[in-house]
Amino acid sequence: MSGDPALTLTGSRLRRSATLVWRGMRSEPRLYVLAVAASALFGAATVAVSRAVGWATDAVVVPAVAGDPAAQDRIWQAGLVLAAVALTLALGVAGRRIWAGYGFAAIQAHHRRGLTRQYLRLPVSWHRAHPAGRLLSGASADVEAATGVFNPLPFALGVVVMIVVAAAMLLAVDVWLAVAALLVVPAAVAANVVFQRHMAPAATRAQQLRAEVADVAHESFEGALLVKSLGTADREERRFAERTDELRAANVRVGTVRAVFDPVIELLPSLGTLAVLGVGTWRASTGAVDAGDVVTAAYLLTVMAVPVRAFGWVLGELPRALVGYDRIAAVLDARASLAPGEHALPRGAGGLAVRLEDVGVDVPAAGATATLLDGVDVDVAPGTTVAVVGSTGAGKTTLVSLLARLSDPSRGRVLLDGTDVRDLAAGEIPSQVALVTQQTFVFEDTVRANVTLADPGDEGAPDDAAVWEALRVARVDDVVRELPGGLDAPLGERGANLSGGQRQRLAIARALVRRPRLLVLDDATSAVDPRVESEILGALSSAAGDAGGQATTVVMVAYRMSSVALADVVVHLEGGRVVDVGPHAELLARDDGYRDLATAYERETARRARELADEAAAGETASEEAP
Amino acid sequence: MSTSRIASASELGVLATLRRGVQISPQIVDGLWLTLALAVLAAAGRVVVPVAVQRTIDDGILAAGGPDAARVALLTGLAAGAVVVAGLCTAVVNVRLFRRTEAGLAELRVQAFRHVHDLSTLAQGTERRGALVSRVTSDVDTISLFVQWGGIQLLVSTLQVLVATALMAVYSWQLTLVVWACFVPLFLVLRRAQGTVNRAYAAVRQAVGAMLGAISEAVVGAETVRAYGVAARTGRRVDAAVETTRATQARAQLLVSSVFSSGVLVANLVLAVVVVVGTLLGVGGGLTAGQVVAFLFLVQLFTGPVQQATEILNELQNAVAGWRRVLAVLETPVDVAEAADAVPSPRGPAAVTLRGVRFGYPGGPEVLHGVDLELPARRKVAVVGRTGSGKTTIAKLVTRLMDPTEGQVLLDGVDLRRLTLSSLRERVVLVPQEGFLFDGTVEENVAYGLRPEPTGDAAGTRARVTEAVEALGLSDWVAGLPQGLATPVGQRGEALSAGERQLVAIARAYLAAPDLLVLDEATSAVDPAAEVRIARALDSLTSGRSTLTIAHRLSTAEASDLVVVVDDGHVVEVGGHEELAAAGGVYARMHASWVAQTR
Repeated sequence: MSGDPALTLTGSRLRRSATLVWRGMRSEPRLYVLAVAASALFGAATVAVSRAVGWATDAVVVPAVAGDPAAQDRIWQAGLVLAAVALTLALGVAGRRIWAGYGFAAIQAHHRRGLTRQYLRLPVSWHRAHPAGRLLSGASADVEAATGVFNPLPFALGVVVMIVVAAAMLLAVDVWLAVAALLVVPAAVAANVVFQRHMAPAATRAQQLRAEVADVAHESFEGALLVKSLGTADREERRFAERTDELRAANVRVGTVRAVFDPVIELLPSLGTLAVLGVGTWRASTGAVDAGDVVTAAYLLTVMAVPVRAFGWVLGELPRALVGYDRIAAVLDARASLAPGEHALPRGAGGLAVRLEDVGVDVPAAGATATLLDGVDVDVAPGTTVAVVGSTGAGKTTLVSLLARLSDPSRGRVLLDGTDVRDLAAGEIPSQVALVTQQTFVFEDTVRANVTLADPGDEGAPDDAAVWEALRVARVDDVVRELPGGLDAPLGERGANLSGGQRQRLAIARALVRRPRLLVLDDATSAVDPRVESEILGALSSAAGDAGGQATTVVMVAYRMSSVALADVVVHLEGGRVVDVGPHAELLARDDGYRDLATAYERETARRARELADEAAAGETASEEAP
Repeated sequence: MSTSRIASASELGVLATLRRGVQISPQIVDGLWLTLALAVLAAAGRVVVPVAVQRTIDDGILAAGGPDAARVALLTGLAAGAVVVAGLCTAVVNVRLFRRTEAGLAELRVQAFRHVHDLSTLAQGTERRGALVSRVTSDVDTISLFVQWGGIQLLVSTLQVLVATALMAVYSWQLTLVVWACFVPLFLVLRRAQGTVNRAYAAVRQAVGAMLGAISEAVVGAETVRAYGVAARTGRRVDAAVETTRATQARAQLLVSSVFSSGVLVANLVLAVVVVVGTLLGVGGGLTAGQVVAFLFLVQLFTGPVQQATEILNELQNAVAGWRRVLAVLETPVDVAEAADAVPSPRGPAAVTLRGVRFGYPGGPEVLHGVDLELPARRKVAVVGRTGSGKTTIAKLVTRLMDPTEGQVLLDGVDLRRLTLSSLRERVVLVPQEGFLFDGTVEENVAYGLRPEPTGDAAGTRARVTEAVEALGLSDWVAGLPQGLATPVGQRGEALSAGERQLVAIARAYLAAPDLLVLDEATSAVDPAAEVRIARALDSLTSGRSTLTIAHRLSTAEASDLVVVVDDGHVVEVGGHEELAAAGGVYARMHASWVAQTR
């Protein structure tokens, strides 16, 4: 991706619009060739309808009514000609609409795939800087805005053909008649463009105010209990009424723009037709044209009234499309990807060796640079359990996220079994390193898929026995057994709601089932009962033992001293620097800061326990199993 | 969640809905007759051109003495004038309709919004917030959008078809019948097809929803996706959802296009029919050549309306359905209403009495079985009991969020139902567990407690807020906020911590200055520093006021003047903490277990 030219549009507005349209059509060449061809057929057939009506007038209606028997014989012939033209026109319309619709849907899908590819490629740091809501609306609202212009586009191109054919036909008949008829076209196009220019901002404003009215209503209803409790319904009504009145004014404005332009746009073809009748009669009096020619020209104006509006639709959609496209391009052009290397990470027995060499992490913060980690040297032997301890903001999460390469250090190196993580090929790290974060994300899928993160039948997907074993070690197997459907129970928005602790344990099972050689727990048991937490940590080492060979390397950020005490080594981190490294007991003895921290942690743990007991005594259910 | 107390839609028929809607928003029919008269003129303008064509051909080009240019010039000049006048009428009709319906709909919105607030918390609670919001937003928008894009079309198109038919009938009733015979079946077929089209669009909406769900996993689960290296699988899931969306969109487009182009086909085949039948009639002497040609122009006046009519009728149904949903809100009876002869309750120390109070939620079992209770003025009272014992119900009855099914709740000896709601809300304020904050600054949220709403005096408001902050010992906390009192709290106060939100709620209650404060104690854990601040602020807030606390912690009961123990809908014990702890009853057992667990 790094070698691709930027997608962001540059140059004048016209140039950017043209590029936008061209790129869109080029991405679906077959559909757009068909759509434009069908639209051209429609344009030509529309002119043919008016020509056929004119011809029928001259060759059949006028002479037949006047009593010409030859013309009377041609009545059925005229009917057939008109029917054939009608069929051609309908086919043109059908083809134009169908292929234009297909193309429109295909371009939308194209943008959406591009955006999500990029969402999946960009690193976590980029995601933290871009709120999820914004990214989602990128895939819906921005894509809709960027593609709105492609719906009427083939129509408008067909209308160009229609105008050219009409002009040629009329000029061949009579210059004066052609001038009278065709003057309407530029006038109608101009009126439509002016209309869209006025309409677009008015409609946008109304749309925005609709959202604001909804915001006020939503907030006010959400605070309904407060409003009732303080008796402030009058105040809320006033607040809502003010915004509603703004919306009313905006809607009236939209209506007024339509009210003025609709009649103008309808008026133009009517006035054009009348001009054609006047000029046509004059030209007929000189013998230059027949009644049929006049009817043709007049009829043409009647049937062209709607199609010429297509230009207005295209031009009206363009500004919105440019804004939407620019937003999409900004995401697609983002260059924050963590490029993978090419080396494999041989799968040795037992845990991974982890080494951080003089690691520093800087992030931009409010115009300056904040240093999150600095000069960190840590060496973790395979199979060791390491606890990372430090006060809030010490850099614990930053440190452990480097191990799974969620981001790269600004300075220094992170080595897994001696290889720099930046040199490892894509997929190598996740296959051997599992990171469990404090916030657990549950996919809208079954329990099984949430643990395996694979589809049934995928190569290397763990079997059910492995899933149950992981659930057992994470102490969540009983919960799953109770769910209707067991492993097949749906989770997520539609499915069963798990408590915070249960979700965390599910995430641990998700990590364990992959048999990682390095397990990173970032405060991953914060919502789990301390007793259960100890059980899980205990089971982790015994599970590794069962597998034969050395235990998994575990690096965990923890707050409970009971958990910290289980670690072989404790890394004490403060202000982004390593203060001390060593076994818990040694640190307690020699590191004053660590002792204070340990006491504070103990106090906090005790306070939480007391609170749980307090609430339980007062009759509240304080168990973490409560939903 | 129990079933909603607010009907999903009013059960009125279409006409009754319109009648009732107009009753609530009478602005809509202001000057309707003049608007209609102008609309008839506007529609008449549409047949000027076909008439001009007919006269030009019969009296101009085919005139006995050869084409008569002067006569046609005069004729077209007059016609142009008529067309312009009709255009002006159209503009005036449009503006009049927009102004009046929008005024009426704004009124409808505000009334429905107010009605939602007037409903009891019980009725509000039976409906999801989002569903209530849509009653005053998207449901009304449906009506508004219908008026703007479909309603006027429907009016003008109907008149256009009527006027065109009238003119055609003047030329030839036989040919008029033929034209109608072609368009009526087309209309019926299109109407049926509309159902299929609607289902296709519903499928598109569903597919888009599922697709956004899949994309949100890639976005919200960004960390998990990377930590487990499952980008490829997530990508496949998204791609599948995107493709489903594309395919359903394409299918819907195929359907719509087929329906639309068959309409185009029929409309143009009618031209052939008119030429054949019209000329045959003309040969028989029933029609002039100009009249046959005029018919071809008049048929065009049918095409648009017939094709759009199905879509517009569909929108009309949506609009009526939207209207019904809004009306359903207004039809929901206000269950906790102010009595017609209500009296204001004078300020002063507040004492509350419950006399034989029974309460059951609608359709549910009784939760309070005859409660008698005296809550003395200016005392701190704590109510304790298990979840579901009925303690929260007592708080809701004392604040008159609900009325008892039997018995009385009295404030200073007067039944709450006899008091004006405004005076009651002034004297009795509930501070709920989760303090709700509006998306504004800390100051705006605290000042929300000021009643009546302060108008214009920013400095005065600031002074009152500062005073409250000082009185509650929160000055250092405010000073520590990034922008002090001007710090934005974010949506629902999410920029603040749970503890900080409680502090704002307490300051707000302080400015509300009630005589009786009903506190639903928060259960969510907050950090120790905030805990201390909250306790201190609550002390200042409750001092000198009657306080009723729904206690979730025994430590709160311990610090109260009087403890009320509720069990299974009955008040089982009332007394001081020491007294009850020694009495060997329910409270003593709760207390003993608490002591055992915290030691």
